[in-house]
Amino acid sequence: MFSPVILITAILNGLLTGAVYALVALGLTLIYGVLHIINFAHGALLSAALFAAFFAFHLLGLDPYLAALLLAPIFFGLGYAIQRLIISPASHGDDRNMLLVTLGLSVVIENALLYAFRADTRTIDLPYAFQTIDLGFTFLPIPRLIGFCVVFAVALVLWAIMRRTDVGKAIRAVAKEKLGAQLAGIEVSHVYAVTFGLGTACVAIAACLLIPTFYVNPSVGEAFVLIAFTIVVLGGMGSVPGALVGGLVIGVVESLSGLFLGESLGQIGIFLIFIAVLLVRPTGLFGARA
Amino acid sequence: MSDRSLAFTRRKFLASSTLCAAASIAMPSILRAQEAGVKLGILHPVSGALSYSGTQGRLGATLAIEEINAAGGIKGLGKIDPMLGDALSTPEGGTAEVEKMNSAGVAAIIGGYASAVCLAVSQAAARYDLPYVVDVGVADAIVTRGLKNTFRFGPGFGVIAKTALDNLAEINNHAGKPAKTVMIVHEDSLFGSGLAKLLNTQLPQHGFEILETIPHPTPTRDFNNVVLKIKAQNPDLVIPANYYNEYVLLARTMQQQRVKPKGIYSVLGGAASSYKFVKEFPDAAKYIMDCNHWFDPGSPKALALKKKIEDKGQFYTYEVYMNYSCVMLVADALARAGAADRAKLAAALESSTFSGHVMPYGPTKFVNGQNQGAAPVNTQVLDNDIKVVLPANFAQAKPVFPIPA
Repeated sequence: MFSPVILITAILNGLLTGAVYALVALGLTLIYGVLHIINFAHGALLSAALFAAFFAFHLLGLDPYLAALLLAPIFFGLGYAIQRLIISPASHGDDRNMLLVTLGLSVVIENALLYAFRADTRTIDLPYAFQTIDLGFTFLPIPRLIGFCVVFAVALVLWAIMRRTDVGKAIRAVAKEKLGAQLAGIEVSHVYAVTFGLGTACVAIAACLLIPTFYVNPSVGEAFVLIAFTIVVLGGMGSVPGALVGGLVIGVVESLSGLFLGESLGQIGIFLIFIAVLLVRPTGLFGARA
Repeated sequence: MSDRSLAFTRRKFLASSTLCAAASIAMPSILRAQEAGVKLGILHPVSGALSYSGTQGRLGATLAIEEINAAGGIKGLGKIDPMLGDALSTPEGGTAEVEKMNSAGVAAIIGGYASAVCLAVSQAAARYDLPYVVDVGVADAIVTRGLKNTFRFGPGFGVIAKTALDNLAEINNHAGKPAKTVMIVHEDSLFGSGLAKLLNTQLPQHGFEILETIPHPTPTRDFNNVVLKIKAQNPDLVIPANYYNEYVLLARTMQQQRVKPKGIYSVLGGAASSYKFVKEFPDAAKYIMDCNHWFDPGSPKALALKKKIEDKGQFYTYEVYMNYSCVMLVADALARAGAADRAKLAAALESSTFSGHVMPYGPTKFVNGQNQGAAPVNTQVLDNDIKVVLPANFAQAKPVFPIPA
């Protein structure tokens, strides 16, 4: 049996990791909530964003946390353009087509990255990457603590956008009743693209939070997206608070099951939750009833 | 098929054969002088989880081929025409490439990298009596299944583990036996699990107590839990057996959580003897010891190759020189076989006494496909460089153990 100190540390680690999972899931759940598609290109976009953060550091000397301020709007624009210029025209208004287009996009993006940057694993070395805060019984890595705070700030901003701005209102209207929103004069294709842009911006910020302590290669995004799917299902498809709480829960579950069952079996806990949620509460923790 | 397409094919055939005949009359000397060339399959996992190692392996193999071709190719056979394949980091990916390479008529296949891929590839190649030279894959089963087509120039698990343990015991005894307890952290596929099993049976015979063996998947995103467990048990020695990315994450997390065992001793550690790791994270890499594939530090050829790779902006990793050596081994065998014939090539490999290579090996002699001269060396990260510390005849420095506080 593990001592309480180790258990508490594992839970804290789980919360810190879970926050970044939550941010990736936030983007995914937003896009699902409005466009009603699972964005398969999410992982590839995360890899692309990690590369962007990597090169922002190497070529421009930009600290990843500052780079987030630059990359978030750039990736918002990229997401907007992808939805407006690629997904929307290619899908001819059919949701199933959109799904396939995002799947195709993920293959294209990943291979383009592989072609451009080879399969090398790259890391950046920041002076504060190894710094920790001494809690007396354990050390908490500073970069992950910063990540944790930033995720909550981003979630707050997203919440404010959704609740307090016209764009947010339009997004919520389209999510609830597409035809009604259209009749009320809301330009649905614009709202779709804005949502896709917001989801992609979340990914860009997540990348900037990850890069100080993690590595990047063209296929690195996949590992996060599988977990993000689980979080979206757990939290409720399309729910922002759901993604946040789901992310933290999954982070802790992963950490604890890793501790007790070993890293190899650690993922079992996550997927057991996935199956249990689908069986017992298919709408998720915060999901609206269908 | 319609009459129309038949007629078209016939006309096209007539036209092209007339052209060919005309060309051979016009340029008889060129045709006779040109040797047919040899097709070689170069197979690595250049995408997927092992893509870094696979790409490095491909780099070494293609560089050797470039050098051979620049020097005029293989005597009597002409230039080597490489057919590059991607094993996708999976055994199925590897066997699919074998099928393609076989139908393209390659004389031999070189590569594989991961043990699981090598096992599958060797079996698939055996169906066509296609000679297969394993570049790295260390699982002993690769060469103990009686496959006549499979050859491994480098050392296998058994030899590496025995050397590693003997050397560990020697280093520990020499320092006054400061290390008694051990924790093993290994990746859970064939390579890591096989090694962990071997260590679990053999370490106690050398007087070490194993506190815990921790498996983890590849890829693993977070090593905090593993490091917590290490911290809780506080072993004298930590033995990691995993691939590059995970090795780096583990070492960095240990540094972050201030876990400082008396030594980190790896057996085939994915990053422990990697210049990339030492350059990027010198503090996390400091004093790490490894028993691994390594080049002969006294060989001018090996050092020239190192410079060539570094001038290209790449790291001189073991995948590079092992694949380089395998291509040279096959080229040597091809020259002796005198034909790109698979049976003759296999016979030439079997009787190979290939020398003058870049590896710190004894004389080349294949028994059941395994090179008996192959051996690993012990390295340690000292002064921001990787130095050979054992065996004595190749050593550049003395091992520093236990790690100074």
